[in-house]
Amino acid sequence: MTHSFDAISAQLRRRHRKTRWLKRLSMGALGLAGLFLVLFFTDMLVKGLPAFKQAQIQVEVDYSEQASRLPLAAVSDAVRPLVSRGYLRLIPSRMRDDPALQGTTRSEWVLADGQVDQYLKGHHSKLSERDTATVNRLQAEGRVELRFNTRFFTSGDSKMPELAGIASAAVGTVLTLMVTLAVAFPIGVMTAIYLEEFAPDNRMTQLVEININNLAAIPSILYGLLGLAIFINVVGVPRSSPLAGGLTLALMTLPVIIISTRTALRSVPDTIRHAGFGVGCSRWQVVRDHVLPLAMPGIMTGAIIGLAQAMGETAPLIIIGMVAFIPDISGSVTDAATVMPAQIFTWGGEPDRAFIEKTSGGILVLLAVLISMNAGAVMLRKRLERRW
Amino acid sequence: MNAKMSIRMNRHASPTSPSPLSGSAPGEPVSRNADASHELGVRVRDLDLWYGNTQALKSIDLDIYQNNITALIGPSGCGKSTFLRCLNRMNDLIPRVRIQGRVELDGQDVNAAGMDEVALRRRVGMVFQKPNPFPKSIFDNVAYAPRMHDIVSRKADVEALVEGSLRDAGLWEEVKDKLHQPGTSLSGGQQQRLCIARAIAVQPEVILMDEPTSALDPISTATIEDLMDRLKRRYTIITVTHNMQQAARIADYTAFFHLGEMIEYNDTKAMFSTPHTRKAEDYITGRYG
Repeated sequence: MTHSFDAISAQLRRRHRKTRWLKRLSMGALGLAGLFLVLFFTDMLVKGLPAFKQAQIQVEVDYSEQASRLPLAAVSDAVRPLVSRGYLRLIPSRMRDDPALQGTTRSEWVLADGQVDQYLKGHHSKLSERDTATVNRLQAEGRVELRFNTRFFTSGDSKMPELAGIASAAVGTVLTLMVTLAVAFPIGVMTAIYLEEFAPDNRMTQLVEININNLAAIPSILYGLLGLAIFINVVGVPRSSPLAGGLTLALMTLPVIIISTRTALRSVPDTIRHAGFGVGCSRWQVVRDHVLPLAMPGIMTGAIIGLAQAMGETAPLIIIGMVAFIPDISGSVTDAATVMPAQIFTWGGEPDRAFIEKTSGGILVLLAVLISMNAGAVMLRKRLERRW
Repeated sequence: MNAKMSIRMNRHASPTSPSPLSGSAPGEPVSRNADASHELGVRVRDLDLWYGNTQALKSIDLDIYQNNITALIGPSGCGKSTFLRCLNRMNDLIPRVRIQGRVELDGQDVNAAGMDEVALRRRVGMVFQKPNPFPKSIFDNVAYAPRMHDIVSRKADVEALVEGSLRDAGLWEEVKDKLHQPGTSLSGGQQQRLCIARAIAVQPEVILMDEPTSALDPISTATIEDLMDRLKRRYTIITVTHNMQQAARIADYTAFFHLGEMIEYNDTKAMFSTPHTRKAEDYITGRYG
């Protein structure tokens, strides 16, 4: 029983010291997390930004009659290995579409081969010594340069890295998420409204509640199996289609939306409900006119988080065939399509070194879309919250 | 158990005086307030209420007269708010509540199968302890319910009704230039008057007030008390209050509740000067509360 001032102050010092230590530790944890984030972003930017530039080369293109049959003949022997095969292959069809080209010879900036691109970016390339010399000479003359790569944003996948783009995957993502939102949002919100505002609190609803919480924790690939078994095999939704993918992701997003909507509804004070009942509202009028407007910011946030999660999902889509080589931009939800993370996954497995930067570039685009979606959600939330 | 015993003893102790629980007949006040109206508004007979297995109201008989203020007083947990909520069936919202007995509004049983609780609550408005305006503008707070009940639909009628209700609630002069600001931007006392305007906008017969001033400062309280005094000319007001001075100031009749039983019902003046029951006297003189 030493309650002298010294004993107490010694104990106080120990307590303060513990607080300081805990503070330092938590700051250290935060710093470490920040460091990882910075490293991650730097790495992505360094590797990915070059993907937004692509080598172009100025060559004489001879739209001769021979070139319409044998497109390789359109350019001279010296530069032929430096020009993208993909570009050359298009020459005959372009000549058919535009007869004015026939028989002319023009100096044009055309897409260079992927190896030229890699060489210009300082990476290892498979160019022969003679071709390297040609590139150096053309570069000195200003006839080879890195230009902004619009093709990356306008075309689909390709086996030639200089032609590959993220557009088909982006369109696939948009279509898939539209299906997901259209299915998961109304069903999820209505389920939550029923459970929170209408359902009696009995064993049945408790069972439903526990199972919904469990669903949120199920490995996502199992949803892929479910989607394959039900949507594709039983219902007959086309394989690899955004419809199949969207429905599968909707299953995965539902518990997230239900749980966040219930939380948002529960956070609306009961006094508001009583006010509504007090003036003679029916239960649905109370929910629609008073509870939902207050819960909307929370519901929107939950929906966006759910969608963002669905957007980054690859595993369930492997099973339903959306991780695939899709060169064409799909026009409807029943066409074969892929999504951005699946495209990144596909590129990540390509042996050609040029695909490394495509992979990182794709990740950057995905991150940009995710961040802008989240920013949109925050803004929407602020706007809805502002008035009350 | 103890409480019940003591009431019985009380009853036997003064066999000559009228029943301490009621007047000449069950549910009637012990003595009459000469100034008050005696047109019957709400008649409650033998009302029992259970929350699960706990009985919260025990065999309540009460006659409430129109165009009066009737105050319900009693210590916390005595069932006065529960009783109030029986009158517009707000107890329906609470799970595992069981009600027995009759609550009649104009001779109709409010718990009858044919009575729609939504229609009932249009006739019996309610003002709550904490001001709870809707998350809408001041205008829409008042206009919402009349529009919903199709009392008014034309724009000019709605505006006239909103102005009239806000004037009746003594709020018009303060808010007429900011009708489109949120109801929650007002002060606590103003919000409570907005809630009263909202309740009278549907022209109910009865207004229930559940400790309407307990969250307010003394000045706002005085304003609301004046307002209640004016409103009783047109509405039957039943108010729960913790504040005995308030009951003494504004109520025509006062009912004293204790542990789920209605111990005494009387003219307010008589109740506060010469309570007939020991329990009411002890409560009023502040021996417990």
